[in-house]
Amino acid sequence: MSKTLRTPAGGSVNRAKTIKFSFDGKTYQGLEGDTLASALLANGIRVMGRSFKYHRARGVLGAGSEEPNALVAVRRDKARTAPNLRATQVELYDGLVAESQNRWPSLNFDVGAVLSLLSPFIPAGFYYKTFMWPKSAWDKLYEPNIRAAAGLGHAPTEADPDTYLNRFAHCEILVIGGGPAGLAAALAASEGGERVILVDEQCELGGSLLSATDALIDGQSGRAWRDAVVAKLAANPKVTLMTRANAFGYFAHNMIGVAERLSEHQASPAKGAPRERLWQIRAREVVLATGAIERPLVFPDNDRPGIILADSARTYLNRYGVLPGRRVVVATGHDEAYRAALDLHKAGVTIAAIADARPNPKGPLVEAARAAGLPIKTGYAITGTKGTLGVTEARLSPILGAGRVGRPEIVACDSVLMSGGFTPSVHLFSQSRGKLVWDETLETYLPGQSAEAERSAGACRGQFGLAKALADGFAAGRDAARLTVKRDFVVQATEGDPKGVVGAMPHDRGNGAKAFIDWQNDVTTKDLKLAVREGFQSIEHIKRYTTTGMATDQGKTSNLNALGVISDALDRPIPQIGLTTFRMPYTPVTFGVLAGMARGNLFDPVRTTPIHDWAVDKGAVFEDVSLWKRARFFPQGREDMEAAVRRECLAVRSHCGIFDASTLGKIEVVGPDAAEFMNRFYINAWTKLGVGKCRYGIVCREDGFVTDDGVVGRMSQDRFHVTTTTGGAPRVLAMMEDYLQTEWPDLDVWLTSTTEQFAVIALQGPKARDILTGLVEGIDLSAEALPHMSLAEGTICGVPTRLFRVSFTGELGFEINVPSQHGRKVWEAIWAAGQPHGLVPYGTETMHVLRAEKGFIIVGQETDGTATPDDVGLTWAVGKAKPDYVGKRSLARPAMAAPDRKQLVGLLTKDPHIVLEEGAQVVVTPGQKAPMALVGHVTSSYHSAVLGRSIALAMVSGGRARMGETIYIPMPGGDIAVDVTSPVFYDPEGVRVNG
Amino acid sequence: MLLITCPHCGPRPELEFTHGGEAHIARPENPAAMNAEDWTEYLYMRANPKGLHAERWRHLHGCARFFNALRDTTTDQFVATYATGQPRPDLKGAGQ
Repeated sequence: MSKTLRTPAGGSVNRAKTIKFSFDGKTYQGLEGDTLASALLANGIRVMGRSFKYHRARGVLGAGSEEPNALVAVRRDKARTAPNLRATQVELYDGLVAESQNRWPSLNFDVGAVLSLLSPFIPAGFYYKTFMWPKSAWDKLYEPNIRAAAGLGHAPTEADPDTYLNRFAHCEILVIGGGPAGLAAALAASEGGERVILVDEQCELGGSLLSATDALIDGQSGRAWRDAVVAKLAANPKVTLMTRANAFGYFAHNMIGVAERLSEHQASPAKGAPRERLWQIRAREVVLATGAIERPLVFPDNDRPGIILADSARTYLNRYGVLPGRRVVVATGHDEAYRAALDLHKAGVTIAAIADARPNPKGPLVEAARAAGLPIKTGYAITGTKGTLGVTEARLSPILGAGRVGRPEIVACDSVLMSGGFTPSVHLFSQSRGKLVWDETLETYLPGQSAEAERSAGACRGQFGLAKALADGFAAGRDAARLTVKRDFVVQATEGDPKGVVGAMPHDRGNGAKAFIDWQNDVTTKDLKLAVREGFQSIEHIKRYTTTGMATDQGKTSNLNALGVISDALDRPIPQIGLTTFRMPYTPVTFGVLAGMARGNLFDPVRTTPIHDWAVDKGAVFEDVSLWKRARFFPQGREDMEAAVRRECLAVRSHCGIFDASTLGKIEVVGPDAAEFMNRFYINAWTKLGVGKCRYGIVCREDGFVTDDGVVGRMSQDRFHVTTTTGGAPRVLAMMEDYLQTEWPDLDVWLTSTTEQFAVIALQGPKARDILTGLVEGIDLSAEALPHMSLAEGTICGVPTRLFRVSFTGELGFEINVPSQHGRKVWEAIWAAGQPHGLVPYGTETMHVLRAEKGFIIVGQETDGTATPDDVGLTWAVGKAKPDYVGKRSLARPAMAAPDRKQLVGLLTKDPHIVLEEGAQVVVTPGQKAPMALVGHVTSSYHSAVLGRSIALAMVSGGRARMGETIYIPMPGGDIAVDVTSPVFYDPEGVRVNG
Repeated sequence: MLLITCPHCGPRPELEFTHGGEAHIARPENPAAMNAEDWTEYLYMRANPKGLHAERWRHLHGCARFFNALRDTTTDQFVATYATGQPRPDLKGAGQ
């Protein structure tokens, strides 16, 4: 069929503006206002895709977001290729490049279609039953091949170059759906002067009014009424109208996720123009006016190209000026198909037959068709079709009752319109956790009890017909806005009976023909019946076994028919079968719109210290520690990490090293009860800590396990300078606030995070004092005046400083706290002063080695949330005289003192060259086979440059009683023998720190 | 995303809050005097109800204060929020 199917006039397409586009490499012409689907239909293109499993040729079934068949990839360039778009929603633009999917080598000749011949061998559950052995073949052989043969489009492999935005919005009334009910709802709600947002998935508001013909509202045509209402709403500053906006998810407390397409429909979007925007809209009240979706009829070979939903055909005609064919058979169980038949008849299409499954259809639409002389066959079912790449004939049979049909008549045609009735779109209502109830009269599920401040209006709650939709929508908008406004719409329209048919049509065909339920996932009536025969009873199980309703269209056209077929097979009424959960998204959304700006550097915040850029200049290699970038080591020349760390370690031990400790968490604890607070919170005793002194503090949780540590300095009687681990700062502050606010509100204490306020420069090594001396004012740096674990306030380079004499290396050391904005300047001054003394910068890796040489733990490395202070050798720190502190009662449990608890020990390999693997297990007896009796694990392991050998820390059951024993680390290459030692490997007497 | 009414700041999105577990579990006055069973009860045992649940929230990215809330765990609807230290509101028949 190469002749154009475009009508000479009519529709809302711009006939003056021709648009060129390509489909599968061939160039076609469409009109401005076309969708890709309408333009292809106008060009006589009926095959738009191949089906998922059987590779059957498929044309367009619907005209909107419900479309299951016509999925295409739209391609701007290699990176900008969007697969699986519904051609019915792709707006045509000049130069649009679209490709069909799931076919090879071409749409009209697809090798994969041979699968259709094999279909008797690939029923529901086929993959589960067949590809079971050998297990290893699943990953390498079966799955890749099945996925290649059965599938949808391909995502581009390039990174997405486009920008996606994210916005929050608030309103009193959110109306979802811009059809008659939604427009009326917005009209009513806007009367109260509150904020109203109206969203619709199409490119223009109006819904069914966009393809209305004869209906009159208040004396105006549907289109004119729609134009006037939209203009009025648009002029209201309190009303926001949103089109191309997919309300995809209903979240708790009336938050609606909306994906708005911004530039996808443009021929050449401005450079950098955002592609989509995610709206998170919080509304006091939501009005759902989501309409209804036409149900296909289920009959053999109901999926040939050219077989189309009746109301969609009307849309193609009235909105786009495109005919579905020249000679049409209408198969129906619902009045609305007559409206389509009448419109097509008026447009000059031959209505070859109307086969109505109902024995005695009545009403104005049927009468109008009779009056127009259309050939109506009542009590007739469509029982089959023929045609290779498109329907060429329909088989119509009289229904005899009890599922039997009489002799068929063959009617030649080039298109079949079908309608089983309309299924209310209750997706968002169901997502909101509202309860659906079965309506016996309409034979469909309708919204029942609401769970949110929400109401449905119009067709989505079974109020079919223009008059009802307008009245219902207006009432819903009025009630949502808590108004009393009144308005009666004068509607002149021919309305039909809302009841349709559900489930499979009776037919006389053998097993060869397929009657599709779910077009997108290729699920047939046979699949559903097979699932029931194999014992499945619950819809939840049948759905997963057959995959019905599980495709990207979420069963928009298939769910109710599936329930009907299963109901027949189980011989139980539909409401007893249950209903599967409607899940978001309503229609698929891109990953891009969900990710928004949270990509690359904005994926997670990056925290850098005031000294960061200096380290970058010096060629530091960084590592991530929580959100921080920390310098890991400073390679010189072609040094690798091992060489750099060895050099840095030796330099600190022999001369001096400078280390950026700004990331340490810092909390200022201030107030008359500060000491009492510290006493209750930390395991240590604080009352007697003098002003100007420091103490190593340990925090346990209430269950007695170590959760953080850090040096605490007492600045004055009522002020403590608390430090925490880099990653633990927020956790410790939150825990402190929790106790202070909820358990000890009697304490007069203020907690302030000062992590970002101080830059911290650690100067460690025997030359540290010599380097600092010339820079500091007002502080006596001598060992007598400022001994280890003390602090003083003064100035350095003219900048106020809190100078701590502390050491995490075992060397003479200072930690210089200065206001962040002066950090770089002070750092550089110290750096310059240190040059004659052999000062080197060192990173976190060297810091780890130096502290391990001294047996200092790192919380989270030596501890794992199950280590008590005693387990890691910190009993000395516990304020034993204190009556209570967080964790004390738990630490008094007998199990906490069990001799076989894992305890911190040092491990020295017999072979000093072997560096153990961190995380490796520890056993007592060598040569065991798995499962072995494990007694512990290695927590830290390094090569120690100063000791000239490897060292390791480990948590070993009863470890302190094993000093001197030889135990083993079982590795793939054999057991490694190690001696259990003290965890302090270097300077065990602690002489150097007092230098 | 839940909409939570901070008793100090008003309704705010869930993003601004952290959850703090069951409310009205006071730390005992004298833990040292407690036997193991009572301490275990305090430390680990929680009501986990189906229906109204008194729980703690903290308006971390706002006023940073802890407060209590009554939330129906079956519907996620908040029935009341109230300041720390106040008793659980008596809402017989409400929300359940």
